[in-house]
Amino acid sequence: MDFLNAIVALSNFVLIPAIAYGSQLALGALGVTLIYGILRFSNFAHGDTMAFGTMATILVTWLFQSMGISFGPLPTALLALPFGILGCMALVLITDRAVYRFYRQQKAKPVILVIVSMGVMFILNGIVRFIIGPDEQRFADGERFIISARTFKEMTGLREGLAIKASQGLTVIVAVIAVVLLFWFLNRTRTGKSMRAYSDNEDLALLSGINPERVVIYTWLIVAALATIAGTLYGLDKSFKPFVYFQLLLPIFAAAIVGGLGSPVGAIAGGFVIAFSEVTITYAWKKVLGYLMPESLEPSGLVQLLSTDYKFAVSFVILLIVLLFRPTGLFRGKSV
Amino acid sequence: MSVMVKNSVLFGLVGGLIVITGFMQSWNTALLILNMGLISAIMAIGVNLQWGFAGLFNVGVMGFVALGGLAVVLISVDPVGEAWAAGGTRVLLGLLLGAATVVAAALVNTRMPAGRARTLALLVILVGGFFFYRAVFDPGVDAVESVNPAGTGFLGGLGLPVLLAWPAGGLLAAGAAWLIGKTALGLRSDYLAIATLGIAEIIIAVMKNEDWLARGVKNVVGLPRPVPYEIDLQNDPGFVETAAGLGIDPVTASTLYVKLGYSVLFLLVLLVILWMAQMALKSPWGRMMRAIRDNEVAAEAMGKDVTRRHLQVFVLGSAVCGIAGAMMTTLDGQLTPGTYQPLRFTFLIWVMVIVGGSGNNLGAVLGGFLIWLLWVQVEPIGLFLMQVITSGLAEDSALRAHLIESAAHMRLFTMGIVLLLVLRFSPKGLIPER
Repeated sequence: MDFLNAIVALSNFVLIPAIAYGSQLALGALGVTLIYGILRFSNFAHGDTMAFGTMATILVTWLFQSMGISFGPLPTALLALPFGILGCMALVLITDRAVYRFYRQQKAKPVILVIVSMGVMFILNGIVRFIIGPDEQRFADGERFIISARTFKEMTGLREGLAIKASQGLTVIVAVIAVVLLFWFLNRTRTGKSMRAYSDNEDLALLSGINPERVVIYTWLIVAALATIAGTLYGLDKSFKPFVYFQLLLPIFAAAIVGGLGSPVGAIAGGFVIAFSEVTITYAWKKVLGYLMPESLEPSGLVQLLSTDYKFAVSFVILLIVLLFRPTGLFRGKSV
Repeated sequence: MSVMVKNSVLFGLVGGLIVITGFMQSWNTALLILNMGLISAIMAIGVNLQWGFAGLFNVGVMGFVALGGLAVVLISVDPVGEAWAAGGTRVLLGLLLGAATVVAAALVNTRMPAGRARTLALLVILVGGFFFYRAVFDPGVDAVESVNPAGTGFLGGLGLPVLLAWPAGGLLAAGAAWLIGKTALGLRSDYLAIATLGIAEIIIAVMKNEDWLARGVKNVVGLPRPVPYEIDLQNDPGFVETAAGLGIDPVTASTLYVKLGYSVLFLLVLLVILWMAQMALKSPWGRMMRAIRDNEVAAEAMGKDVTRRHLQVFVLGSAVCGIAGAMMTTLDGQLTPGTYQPLRFTFLIWVMVIVGGSGNNLGAVLGGFLIWLLWVQVEPIGLFLMQVITSGLAEDSALRAHLIESAAHMRLFTMGIVLLLVLRFSPKGLIPER
């Protein structure tokens, strides 16, 4: 019984949150990795692109809510998501046309593009704060729990409860759908194949008649969709705050680099590696160990390796370890 | 137009803008902009050393600036005797143990032959060392933090004159940069950028959470200052008389006097650092750095030790940022770890360097002043613009209220636009590298 209790406590506080957070990171990292693979620079504006897409979704959600449209037990934001994605797509296409295209034609060095993306980051940050303000916004509605701790306890008779928030379940389902669609697109369609070809070898791809501008546009469209989905799911799960989204840049990049920049599979793996290590290292293990260990050995402290404020340190240390021992990431990324 | 004339005109223009601020708003505002401009210029020189001279992409400026600020507390605040008695030695011992663990692990990693035995030894040292360190360190921290938590709750500093904190801030930042450089400088540019971004966040996290060090988010206020206090000046009959003779009321005169005092100090530091940076740029060392920046492979083939030179310039640039950070905390008179944000303390400095002209120290200084002036002035200008634009709307319109309220966020937007415009139309900056 104690063993079961330990497993339930572990799932409740570590596994489920980490899976949800990992899916959000993975979606974000996929966007970063696609830009790196095809446009060949690290996009510092990605966190703010996510914030913009989420903001668009929130605004449409509010519109729907004021019109009385709801999505039954599911959050209204899910209905608004396609509109948010469209808004974000329009934004990235405009930035590409107005900003990035010039440097692409100049064949500017990647590091110049990174600095350019810093400028875009400032602008997007300003726009988002200008429109929705710098404060925290909550926009989740519908059912809060798929299964609440209390129902679970009543069902099983265990001492520990297992709560699965609706946003967590939704995150995983939406993320799986998005990833399956993405891989289907990259591996099966003509455009997806041309994107991969362009990423692998630009010159050969150009020789075989692939239109680079078309590839770039499709990449931006996909990135906008992924960023909006990732941002909206994160916002549903926690809450929306522009500054937090900017800070997400670090774990997202860590995930993309750990997996190997330019490798979509790596981005997903990296997202989960980062999420699981962040959650396990900052979790207070007292409860779980209390169930597993004999009473005499029960730990007196919280058995928390690091306080939660150091979660950045965790992503960073993992990043360093991977880079020191496997410089191109777990899944052999590329280097510009 | 010769370079000299053009530069003088540009500097004159920025100076003129500050003077206009003095006439239009107040001389206090103008001096405040000048003082922060001087500090920003020093930070920009630091980043320019790394990026302009050596092409190192460091986006962890915020961390080094914050370390400089920490140095002010560690040097100038009086030690808290009670806290030292309660757990000071224990905390220090814990820190030493932690450091010893890392050193031991590093030694094992380099000295032992690779294999299962080494991995095992490393694991034992790291895991065992970590728990041992926590066992010694944590009770000490608890003891220190429970000493009068509302007033002190930290170990305090050394109680030395605050001006000593400036070089100390540079040293602290340099030490951190050396550690970071040792591990991260081998990484490629993009990875280095992310790594430094992460390190800066970690430094801030440490400063926010380790209350025994500098009170964390409870802030240390009332830091000693190198210039007299306004209230003392106002009580000094000689000063009041002089002020009256100049036709300024004593309160304004005292605030101006204090700010001017800071300006003179900061200007001295800026001139010294600028002179050193210029000399470094002109020296064989500077030419070597630029050669490495432009073509690492060729420089290496000529026998230059690229990794060591990178480490050297990374440490130097970070030290300059640390000095500027210490100066800023001295100017503020308080250390508030919660206010360090990457947009303001890392990316804004980058905008200064790029706009001013990377690779040119004068450009960095100009960018520091100009961008800081913009950063401060965009807010009132934005507010004014919004009021003009929305003047047609009804007084109680929600849109109008929102627009006016949001005007403050115009500054981020403006900085982005300025950066992109410069990158597009004048990629070498206002004063290009020669």
